[in-house]
Amino acid sequence: MRMTVLDRILLLLTGLLAAYQIAVGIDGLASLPVTAYTVGFGVLLVASLLLIILGFEVLDSPVVVIVSTVIPLSLALGLVWERLPVFRGAYLAFVLLGFIAVLLTRLLPMKNRLPVFTLAVVHAVAGLTITLLPLVWAFLGRSPLGFALVGLGGAMIGIGGLQLSFLKAGKPLLSRATILRILPALLMLTSAAFVAGFKFG
Amino acid sequence: MTAVLRGIQAKARLYWPLTKSLQTGLLLSTGLAGYMSARCPVTHWYDFLGLGLSLYLSVAGSTILNMWYDRDLDAVMNRTHHRPLADGRVTPDEALRLGLVLSALGVSLSLAMDLLYGLVIFAGLFFDVIVYTVWLKRRTAWSVLWGGIAGGMPILAGRAYGLGAIDGVGILLALAVLFWIPTHILTFSMRYFDDYRAACIPTFPSTYGFSRTRLAIAVASAVAALAIGLAGVLIGMEWGFVRLLAVLSAGLLLLAVASVFKPAERLNFGLFKYASLYMFSAMVLLSL
Repeated sequence: MRMTVLDRILLLLTGLLAAYQIAVGIDGLASLPVTAYTVGFGVLLVASLLLIILGFEVLDSPVVVIVSTVIPLSLALGLVWERLPVFRGAYLAFVLLGFIAVLLTRLLPMKNRLPVFTLAVVHAVAGLTITLLPLVWAFLGRSPLGFALVGLGGAMIGIGGLQLSFLKAGKPLLSRATILRILPALLMLTSAAFVAGFKFG
Repeated sequence: MTAVLRGIQAKARLYWPLTKSLQTGLLLSTGLAGYMSARCPVTHWYDFLGLGLSLYLSVAGSTILNMWYDRDLDAVMNRTHHRPLADGRVTPDEALRLGLVLSALGVSLSLAMDLLYGLVIFAGLFFDVIVYTVWLKRRTAWSVLWGGIAGGMPILAGRAYGLGAIDGVGILLALAVLFWIPTHILTFSMRYFDDYRAACIPTFPSTYGFSRTRLAIAVASAVAALAIGLAGVLIGMEWGFVRLLAVLSAGLLLLAVASVFKPAERLNFGLFKYASLYMFSAMVLLSL
């Protein structure tokens, strides 16, 4: 599927928003959240540049499943580290083990359902963390209301990540054409929601 | 009057491709970034304008001189045979005159602005036209190294102009460009392998093979990224910008390493494009 000019503009905006967040938006945080957010937004930035340069065909690479797992995992880790200090150790362990599990089930040849199951569990936990934590915090008044936008971004990237991962796993939830049609806009809106959420949260 | 204007417009349309506007623009951006990296507040617009103008004239002039000298090669290469000089729309004498005038204007202006700055600009032009193009390009694949040294001169010149001296950071920045250039040129020489072979130009892929060339690209990319990062830290770049530079560098390294282990033409050309974008972004970050 050919990439349109609008797709390229949306991906460029995604990259610029992610770049802004890395350079300016996470200053003053502790080392681990800064590292986690840098990795998450960094993957988003490089992925959007590669999509512009190489086109949608880059999504055919088997690495995409692993890469699309890094974004929610690293963002979720940053959020938990900042807002739920009690769960820091446990969540760090989940992120590391989850990533290794996705990596291994992708790299080793397996004919059972373990790869898809692993992917679903890791994405679901990380996605729900990014979506629910900011929403709950904002509505409980523990954070300014604007922080809820991070949750909105989390919901959107969760949807995008799941669609891509299941497409790559051979069990697509939507057709490839539909996913590619909405992907640039989804990525741009996700980045905008994250940047605004962190700014006003 | 209108006829004269039309004539000038037509000439400009012919001359513009001779300057390789994108390449010249990228080198110009390195020179301006070198100046800004010296943390000079741009309070004198004429200084900045003079810098931009002298760099542009020198780089464009040397590019035209290269194209004039290589017109026989351009004529046999598929990628370049339609260039105005190769297909006869611009005569060799006309191109030579234009290249010499632009180069002389650029070097004269830079010498008038500052002796050290002018000397570095002249060294860049000398390495590019005489050492790289005339002497080595048709003899050895290692000419790319000398092209890289010439490519590193604008950023060194810009910083030297800002500081009034050549310092370690300036040399580090020049090294960064020097090691970035193989990524730029070698990916290109792999993509147009047949063209270069038809023109009998020795390149890394034709001399050492594709695998070793990809390895050389990966090593050069790593050194370039390290040099730019280190220069950024030494300049006192904001940590946020250092983080961003690290992310962009990681992207460059990933692509370079991926092309070693999973070679593909699409990936190779993607690396070429990403490397240009990377250098431009790094220059913007160094300037802020």
